[in-house]
Amino acid sequence: MSSHAHLRFAFWPVFLRNLLVWRKLAIPSLVGNIAEPLIWLVAFGFGMGALVGTVNVQGQAVPYLIFLASGSICMSAMNAATFEALYSAFSRMHVQKTWDSILNTPVTLRDVVLAEMLWASFKSLFSVTAILVIMTALGIVTTTKVLLAWPLLWLAGITFSCIALIFNALAKGYDFFTFYFTLCLTPMMFVSGVFFPTDQFPAWVQVLGQFLPLTHVVALVRPLFFDQWPTQPALHLSVLVVTAGVAWTLALHLTQRRFKA
Amino acid sequence: MSTPHLQCHALTKRFGDHTVVNGVSFHIHPGECLGIIGPNGAGKTTTLRMLLGLTTPDSGEVEAFGHRMPADAAAIKAKLGVVSQFDSLDPDFTCEENLRVYGRYFGLAADTLDTRIPQGLEFAALTHKAKAKPGDLSGGMKRRLSLARALINDPALLLLDEPTTGLDPQARHLMWERLQQLLQQGKSILLTTHFMDEAERLCDRLLVLDHGQVIAEGTPRALIRSHLEPEIVELFGEGALAVQTELVPLADRVVVSGETVFFYTRSAQPLLQALMAYPELHSLHRPANLEDLFLKLTGRHIREGA
Repeated sequence: MSSHAHLRFAFWPVFLRNLLVWRKLAIPSLVGNIAEPLIWLVAFGFGMGALVGTVNVQGQAVPYLIFLASGSICMSAMNAATFEALYSAFSRMHVQKTWDSILNTPVTLRDVVLAEMLWASFKSLFSVTAILVIMTALGIVTTTKVLLAWPLLWLAGITFSCIALIFNALAKGYDFFTFYFTLCLTPMMFVSGVFFPTDQFPAWVQVLGQFLPLTHVVALVRPLFFDQWPTQPALHLSVLVVTAGVAWTLALHLTQRRFKA
Repeated sequence: MSTPHLQCHALTKRFGDHTVVNGVSFHIHPGECLGIIGPNGAGKTTTLRMLLGLTTPDSGEVEAFGHRMPADAAAIKAKLGVVSQFDSLDPDFTCEENLRVYGRYFGLAADTLDTRIPQGLEFAALTHKAKAKPGDLSGGMKRRLSLARALINDPALLLLDEPTTGLDPQARHLMWERLQQLLQQGKSILLTTHFMDEAERLCDRLLVLDHGQVIAEGTPRALIRSHLEPEIVELFGEGALAVQTELVPLADRVVVSGETVFFYTRSAQPLLQALMAYPELHSLHRPANLEDLFLKLTGRHIREGA
């Protein structure tokens, strides 16, 4: 039926809604998403960089500042997507009841969750892009291979949005998200080699790291900063895609269960 | 009679061991206003949620505009307008933007919205607030904006969950006037309310719901006629409870609630005559109304646990 042809893209007006709100609040949200990772980068990169000198990536000695930059951009992709799909999506779902009013229209809950997922990944991509631009201006990015990091970081944003939406579906309040951040994301940053090479960890920590999605994002993105190719791109990509797929299915199921109650 | 806009048959919903809605059936014709009244926890909101396909009934059927819920939910919702119990307007958007963003959820084209938004704001008496955000609006204005938002898709049937709760008398009267205009346009309305004057004024037919079941149904007048004596004398003030025993034979039915005695009668004259002997007591003689009916059918105890 032609009058319902739009329903195939019913997630779009919901995505657009978030975009229009964000446009009104873009400057403060930009500062939060970009200034913080850059402060980390400058403080640790130059401070620690002076102490550490170089580290080893795929057999090549590289400056610590760029090592850290290539890891922290992955962390930013993860954090920006997670923050949006947890706190902001929860505000819209639970506090403002925006989702409830949307569900009184032909838009389905699946469309709403899809829009939130894509929106969180878009916001993540936006932060990542801005940081990459600044890194280029600072002379940290020197190779065109980094252009390839851009779609990879978007995929990372999608994966972490899907995971965060699982916790969104289970949350009773904002406090719940603190557990996810402090017990899951923060340890993951250290184990995934954002700040330092993981080969100095005990073997079991390294094995654990292989099961964490951020490890695979770093493994894909970091070599590009040094004008190298990732060693096992298919493996790392598959981990991210499969994780995203499983997390999406679970997040959608749990959200539908929450709304049926 | 015309085909109903909506009909539901034997709707039942259980949460665990608790049956929240139990075999509810009704229908709404074009241009008709059907009111659902009942105490807190009677199953009103759950019934509305089933009509919207937000909750799946354990048994029973919902059919609207020739479609089945929940299979054709999108086709049905394209013709529905919903005002929920609590305002869910977008706080970051102006009144105008609220209508535009909501219209897009129905897939409405930009030029359609360009015509409908000013009409909607005018209908809601909010033209002068087009650029204001919901936070700057009064309670009545917010409800009217919610109503304008529910009308953006030009729905045939409106579902209103307590549309005037929390409004001052002026705002309520303006809301009622607008709802009556919509009924005259041939739209149908299903509303839930706790205000018996609202139900009596707006609704062609009423459904009294309690413990998930329809316990009475009919026009407001017919319901009052069939369940109540036509006249009521209320007696209150110090000593009211003490004299009631000797006045009981003069009434058809007597109910004591707190410090007030209610005498239900077909003819109040003998009772009023007898009351002249007690000038210190306050009394009020009035016709039976919907509130009396409601209290008779659902009892006087408070339902706050639900």
